[in-house]
Amino acid sequence: MSPSQGPAKAGPHDSRAEGSPPHQAVEVESISKHFGATVALDQVSFAVEKGELFGFIGPDGGGKTTLFRILVSLLVPDAGRATVLGLEVVKNYRALRQRVGYMAGRFSLYPDLSVEENLTFFASVFGTTVQREYEQIKPIYVQLEPFKDRRAAALSGGMKQKLALCCALVHRPDILFLDEPTTGVDAVSRREFWDLLGVLKAGGLTTVVSTPYMDEATRCDRIALIHRGRLLGVDTPGGITAAFGRPLAGIRVKDRYKALLALRTYEHARSVYPFGDVIHYTDQRADVPADRMMADVKTFLAAKGFADATVARLDPTVEDSFIARTEHAA
Amino acid sequence: MSGLAIEVRDLTRTFDGFTAVDHISFEVKAGEVFGFLGANGAGKTTAIRMLIGLLQPSGGTARVAGYDVVRDTEQVKRNIGYMSQRFSLYEDLTPRENIRLYGGIYGLTREQIRERTAQMLERLGISSIADTQVRSLPLGWRQKLAFSVALVHQPRIVFLDEPTSGVDPITRRQFWELIYDAASHGTTVLVTTHYMDEAEYCDRISIMVAGRIAAMGPPAALKEAFTVESIDELFVRLARPEPTLNGPHRSRRARRIRSRRRRQRAKSRRALLLAPTAALQRRRRRCIT
Repeated sequence: MSPSQGPAKAGPHDSRAEGSPPHQAVEVESISKHFGATVALDQVSFAVEKGELFGFIGPDGGGKTTLFRILVSLLVPDAGRATVLGLEVVKNYRALRQRVGYMAGRFSLYPDLSVEENLTFFASVFGTTVQREYEQIKPIYVQLEPFKDRRAAALSGGMKQKLALCCALVHRPDILFLDEPTTGVDAVSRREFWDLLGVLKAGGLTTVVSTPYMDEATRCDRIALIHRGRLLGVDTPGGITAAFGRPLAGIRVKDRYKALLALRTYEHARSVYPFGDVIHYTDQRADVPADRMMADVKTFLAAKGFADATVARLDPTVEDSFIARTEHAA
Repeated sequence: MSGLAIEVRDLTRTFDGFTAVDHISFEVKAGEVFGFLGANGAGKTTAIRMLIGLLQPSGGTARVAGYDVVRDTEQVKRNIGYMSQRFSLYEDLTPRENIRLYGGIYGLTREQIRERTAQMLERLGISSIADTQVRSLPLGWRQKLAFSVALVHQPRIVFLDEPTSGVDPITRRQFWELIYDAASHGTTVLVTTHYMDEAEYCDRISIMVAGRIAAMGPPAALKEAFTVESIDELFVRLARPEPTLNGPHRSRRARRIRSRRRRQRAKSRRALLLAPTAALQRRRRRCIT
């Protein structure tokens, strides 16, 4: 990631660059928003650098969509201050809307228009044409081109998302906000979508993206873990997992469920969670060496009749970190 | 029944000459947790709809809980539970009312409903919010409640269609513990998911590609056989064998399935609810006459 490398701009758009601070694409200070009794965002602060691929990782109801809507000027925060590309989101919303690309969580295209008609429509709204902006959308559009006459409603889930991304890009925005672009899309299409985001990033575009899939966090330069309206941490994926702070053991055993229940009764157990075919375990004892902890767990399981259990040291994932931080917050 | 909860032989379904499900065969043992995976449009939903008696096969046979899905549709519906991510609970009813409603639909007696309600509320640890509208409950609690409601009539088999979409990681794990718990009591579970790590919770999985089962077995055995690190890797390899993205064939397929699917989804929700009610009314009529 190189913050100095700004978005590639074409000549006519250079005049729009007034007001941009040198490094930050997004600056958010203590944003709060509530709906009735529900606190959707609770004093959220963070910054996104230019050229970054920045991810908000968290489950539904965490506040991701509210935050994105505030940043693209569709919602007004109750408190706090946010600037995008140096433009204040409440005061300068007109200027801002010309320069952000936004892909809403729910499919936001015209289902009765064809692929090409959707694109043409979104281009014309922003006073440009598909031909003029072709270079910008090319990496994605080449995949859609064979289906350009098909109605958007008839596209597969993955293709719809690619079309929505194209439409969000067609006015050559300086920053992209993608709200859960991969939700409900199968694992293969998700992977392809993230590959495309990598291509856009290589072109220098700043992208802010949200996802409930924790395994996608590693595709981002930096991530913010968001849960119940609060940020549980902002860092690189490596930084988030490095802060896990205690040894993590992975236990493989034939009768996983019974072993899991048994481990919960172990006096030193701090957390015991199933992760696929492995049980993730942490210990209450703060200073116990990892080898000792693993040997103890193995002994305990053997005594409970799980002689086949194998215990190995694991590197924590972003999901482990998320769980640990939500437990801490609760 | 032969210890098999589901027996499928050459099950096939075509729509206007297009084969959505193409001669699939598999068995699920009683008490097994079976992961039913595939990319969007691979044919999973069509297959499941045939298994729960909502869609007639074009060919082949399927027995669920020992009953033929074509001849004994009513018995199949009576012996299965179903939960999907989209349609699960009535949001303007409370948990207690939802349980009572579903219990009634499935023909449980008042006594049985009372008993099951107490059990479920206790097991889920939600007695304190039993009389709060479902709408105002956190998503995770709703999902767990929906699962329990799908089990209210103690079905032999429960079908879960993307049950954990969008819930937080702790709740997702608690949900899987509910699945394990149900399986340990003998309930058979057939589950679809987009979370590839969840595939590894299953005793066995199948991966559908273009209407056929491309791989099936215990996750560990599949990883070994295909020499991959994870089910995610296997899924990608099978579902998209060539690096070129969606070919026209694939998407024409997806398009057809999708437009049909939308109509059918609404229909299936009604049918699932109405079928047991109709049976109930018939039984009542018999009692009266």
